[in-house]
Amino acid sequence: MLVDKGKYVRVRKHILSPDQRADNVPEDTKKVPLKMWIKGRLTAEAELFEEAEVITATGRRVKGMLKEVEPKHKHSFGEYVEEIQQMREIILSEVWGDDK
Amino acid sequence: MSYDVKDLLSRRNEIMKKSVGIDYDDFELDGIGFDYDKMMNASGYTLDDVRAIQRRSMVGNTPLIELENLTRYARKFAKPGFGARIFLKDEAANLSGSFKARRAAISIHKAKELGYKGVVAATSGNYGAAIAALAAKAGLKCIIVQECFDSNNVAQPEILEKARACEAYGAEVLQLSVGPELFYTFLNVLDETGYFNASLYSPYGIMGIETLGYEIVDEMRQKINKDPDVVICTNAGGGNLTGTARGVRKAGADKTLIYGASVDLHGLHMASDKDFNRKSFTTGHTGFGMPFATNPDRSDVPRSAARPMRYMDKYFTVNQGSVFFITEALAVLEGLERGPAGNTSLAVAFKVAQTMCEDETIVVQETEYTGAGKHHQPQLSFAKKNGITIRFGNPETEKPGTDIVFPASANDIVVKDVDLDRIRKSYLKRFKDYNLTEDDRLFLMEELRVMDKDKLDALLRQVN
Repeated sequence: MLVDKGKYVRVRKHILSPDQRADNVPEDTKKVPLKMWIKGRLTAEAELFEEAEVITATGRRVKGMLKEVEPKHKHSFGEYVEEIQQMREIILSEVWGDDK
Repeated sequence: MSYDVKDLLSRRNEIMKKSVGIDYDDFELDGIGFDYDKMMNASGYTLDDVRAIQRRSMVGNTPLIELENLTRYARKFAKPGFGARIFLKDEAANLSGSFKARRAAISIHKAKELGYKGVVAATSGNYGAAIAALAAKAGLKCIIVQECFDSNNVAQPEILEKARACEAYGAEVLQLSVGPELFYTFLNVLDETGYFNASLYSPYGIMGIETLGYEIVDEMRQKINKDPDVVICTNAGGGNLTGTARGVRKAGADKTLIYGASVDLHGLHMASDKDFNRKSFTTGHTGFGMPFATNPDRSDVPRSAARPMRYMDKYFTVNQGSVFFITEALAVLEGLERGPAGNTSLAVAFKVAQTMCEDETIVVQETEYTGAGKHHQPQLSFAKKNGITIRFGNPETEKPGTDIVFPASANDIVVKDVDLDRIRKSYLKRFKDYNLTEDDRLFLMEELRVMDKDKLDALLRQVN
């Protein structure tokens, strides 16, 4: 998929490969690269999942793999959690008894 | 690699000096110590200056309220005549929704005064939104560097929410996967942009919180005509407790005790890729609280202004499940939907109040805004997805990273009183092979609040 110049996107790049990681990191972290994500506008037309360059909010030019076009916020209030409902009932009953 | 780590680290001090506007060498003493008071006073800002700067930006003067229903709840489980009145400083009312705005206000003011074009802060917490909001108001550019994802590209929901807030205020958010090498990227951004380092640990980052302690004492005197008996602070990097305690003392409340509280995350490694998304608190926990108490200068400036061991009278830990429980109680009993991380000290206060007399008071000195990602429902929902068991039972049996245990009654909340001498000994370990001078010893006594030389010697002997 070709993405137009000027589109607002997210790119990702590897900053340190596993062999470049600091000595003091735990074993599991040492096995994986250090990655970076950043958003900005494409400076030129680019293919999705290919190398691309963006201009960030502060005007910096950053290169990385084009991962997402017009990235949306995906965090939410999560799924229903039965235990929260139970805590609510415990608290109200311990404080107000049967009045409420 | 996009930058030369060795080159960056070799220029570390030079980059720091340029980006903080402080020459930390000015405060170094011969030997191991430095002049803390001189560093804190070097900015030239008085407490009144700080208050005036904050007031211009809708920061400070937050409501202090008595939690009557929570006090009533705590007294249910206390002996007759026991159960201190619990008060809460609603810091969520600050610009950007947390007490961090107090710290940001002074850093941003200083950055503007020194003529910087922009600011950079390394934070995955509320401080990012605070810096971003105040930078927006000051017309400064802003870059927030966050540790956000694990190696499978899964992000902590709470940190995603904080990134969203930063973007909403126009900031650039640079997100990283897990690892302390975040510091290299941070240095590189400072070097590349020439922006101000809005460190949480600079004197500005701490003096901004002094107003919080000062306001608490002032308002308590107005409300009940006496100083609070205890002020309790959620403790991570130590700045919250340090600044609050300094403000309490500046208000002349010499007898008020200062307690710290952290969520117990023992066994989880803060730099572990696998552990990263197995915790349900991204701040206010022992993973920061303990290492920063034992070595404050592990921060992103040469000498941290956050030095909690200088002020802490007691330090408590509490499990994740109990903090979630009290977060729920705060909402359904007091109509305050806040936290959860900021409610760590409230969970401890609930229990500690039961050991204090009815006519005594304990002030919980912060709240934080809640929302998508941050709220306890998305956090618990995320924990379940990551295979964490959620159950009711004895909170003492909670194993961080494996399960979250809620008390089946508020009476089952357990807090642990940390042995401060243990922290003191960890602090002293790195000096065990030093030939300490008399000045070094005086410095250590101040650092660790050890009142007499014999006690310091005894601690040093135990380390050796």
